[in-house]
Amino acid sequence: MTGVSGQDNGDTVTFNAAALLLLIAGLALIGWLAGRARSLMLAGRAGAKLHSRPQYHGWYVALWLFAPAAIFLAVWSAVSPALVTNSVLASEAAQSLPAFGFERGAILSDARSVAQGAQSAVRIPAAAPLVQPYADATHFYAWIGIAAMLALALAGGLYAFTRIRPDFRARTRVEKIVMALLLVASLVAILTTFGIVLSLLFESIRFFRLVSPAELLFGTTWAPTSGAPQPDTFGGIPLFWGTVLIGAIIAMIVAIPIGMMTAVYLTQYAAPRVRRWVKPLLEILAGVPTVVYGYFAALTVAPALREFAAAIGIPNASTESALAAGIVMGVMIIPFVSSMADDSINAVPQAMRDGSLALGATPNETIRQVLIPAALPGVMGGILLAVSRAIGETMIVVMAAGLSANLTANPFASVTTVTAQIVKLLTGDQEFDSAKTLAAFALGLVLFIVTLLLNIVALRIVKKYREAYE
Amino acid sequence: MTMTQDDLTIADPKMTAKGVDVFYGQKQAINDVSIDVGTDLVTAFIGPSGCGKSTFLRSLNRMNDTVASARVTGTILLDGEDIYAPSMDVVQLRARVGMVFQKPNPFPKSIYDNVAYGPRIHGLAPGKADLDVIVERALVRAGLWDEVKDRLAESGTALSGGQQQRLCIARAIAVDPEVILMDEPCSALDPIATAKIEELIHELRGKYAIVIVTHNMQQAARVSQRTAFFHLGTLVEYGKTTDIFTNPKQERTKDYITGRYG
Repeated sequence: MTGVSGQDNGDTVTFNAAALLLLIAGLALIGWLAGRARSLMLAGRAGAKLHSRPQYHGWYVALWLFAPAAIFLAVWSAVSPALVTNSVLASEAAQSLPAFGFERGAILSDARSVAQGAQSAVRIPAAAPLVQPYADATHFYAWIGIAAMLALALAGGLYAFTRIRPDFRARTRVEKIVMALLLVASLVAILTTFGIVLSLLFESIRFFRLVSPAELLFGTTWAPTSGAPQPDTFGGIPLFWGTVLIGAIIAMIVAIPIGMMTAVYLTQYAAPRVRRWVKPLLEILAGVPTVVYGYFAALTVAPALREFAAAIGIPNASTESALAAGIVMGVMIIPFVSSMADDSINAVPQAMRDGSLALGATPNETIRQVLIPAALPGVMGGILLAVSRAIGETMIVVMAAGLSANLTANPFASVTTVTAQIVKLLTGDQEFDSAKTLAAFALGLVLFIVTLLLNIVALRIVKKYREAYE
Repeated sequence: MTMTQDDLTIADPKMTAKGVDVFYGQKQAINDVSIDVGTDLVTAFIGPSGCGKSTFLRSLNRMNDTVASARVTGTILLDGEDIYAPSMDVVQLRARVGMVFQKPNPFPKSIYDNVAYGPRIHGLAPGKADLDVIVERALVRAGLWDEVKDRLAESGTALSGGQQQRLCIARAIAVDPEVILMDEPCSALDPIATAKIEELIHELRGKYAIVIVTHNMQQAARVSQRTAFFHLGTLVEYGKTTDIFTNPKQERTKDYITGRYG
């Protein structure tokens, strides 16, 4: 986010996206009324029956008026700051700017703030000559944007308006437009995810130019000291081990048995009334912000565990123990495991259960020998999803697990995780392009790939298993 | 209700129901049913859908207990012992009164483990060799041994529908029950598989008391010696199968078996 690419808001004095949106909404309303009136008038004149009710003609005009203009508005808001900056950089006054880097970005953003009225005077003298070009360019592109948007709105509106006939199938057309809008909405989420992954990938590639992937993946020493005397080492193994120890081992030792037993109780033994109360309560547990679990882990569980460790004679017990973070994370994951197991057990056909009971098996034998084995694939899928959540979890480990990268199997010792290190690497004053900061993105990428794979495997298992009983 | 029971007296009934009512919540599904089930006989329950024949069948081994809202009143005796008495062990009862369901429901285990399931939980086989004997005998009795003897380790769910149903019968036989309840055991099977099951019922007759619920009147006529006709939760007529089908005493029975409704 160096200055050049970081200018984001389209919120200039003359190009106010919100006001413009209101404007085209107003035009759309007029279009709606006009379309409706025209359809009624045409129908009255021709004495024909309208194919679609008048309001569909209204909607047809309004949508044609609104949608292209709104899409253009969104695109223009995103693109115009870059256009403005480019034109400023092309001006003569910009030739004296430093070639690259932080200073250049600061000067540009200073000039922009003044030009757009966000601050009254420049803070950096070098920015002063750029103010006027900035103001001009902003003005210029704002007018282009507004003109183009209005032209689009009117063109769309007129196109739709002229197509209105009594036998025009406005109803089906509106249906198609609505479908297209819904498609665009769903694409937004997908494209955003794609963009996030790409940005993660680019920063990671920058990191891997400085440090080899092999060092990150297989190195056993994690010491991004950023100090000139000794070189940084980015061996990720201690972090990966800490993540696995807390998220996949300790948390699962807590969450799997308790979650499974909860699910078995709720599906097999609980009276409907109990189930009606306990299930929502569990879901509330899943909604507790993780920072609250973090407090609980750091302030209650961790000290208690340290005293316990001291009492049974384990030396060097840390306040920031893997065990505290893991146990609390396990508690956090319980609702997740239990609801997945609940679904899987419920998906086992009643006939299985009846078959076992009819052979004289007790409910307990039925659960252990028939229901759980039959539900196991689904339960496994649920557990993988839970692991993927646990290793991506950040707040609890930041607060309770500590930051020292130890490669140890002692659960009372302090370990650190990938997510905790990402937070550590990105907080505080950091140079943006140092290997230390970029390492956070590389770690993020590794985490992303692992959780993605876990999710894919888990969802496949769950799906395959569902099909088996349908 | 007038019920004809001439020459129907079964000297030593395996199971006896007296004035049985079954309720689901407020709704009464079975109304005052009394019936004897003979030891060496196949008894068929026939009647239109929703007449309560399956409900009544499920009350004979207390499978209705698994339905929270179900309530059974009246008396049902197995060898003179009240199966709804507090002292009755439901688990033991169901080992003595086995059940085969409408849709084949083998466990997702191997063929061997499906049959061995009951003997294992009841501790019927002290060693592996004893278990092998029990499994083989049950599969032989169910007429499935020759088809599966070489692939006992394969999953029971990989068998065809008819084989699955015979596997379920073998599974029920393996715990050596005294009564076998069959709830429309052929309704999910094709005619050939159905014929095999019917043949099997013939062979099992005399070894177990068999009660079969069926929609198919020809099937009832073919496999059973006694037939009970249920309608709207009541037992309309109970008698020798030949009498019910050739000379029904009740108008409703006659209408049903001649296809006037149902």
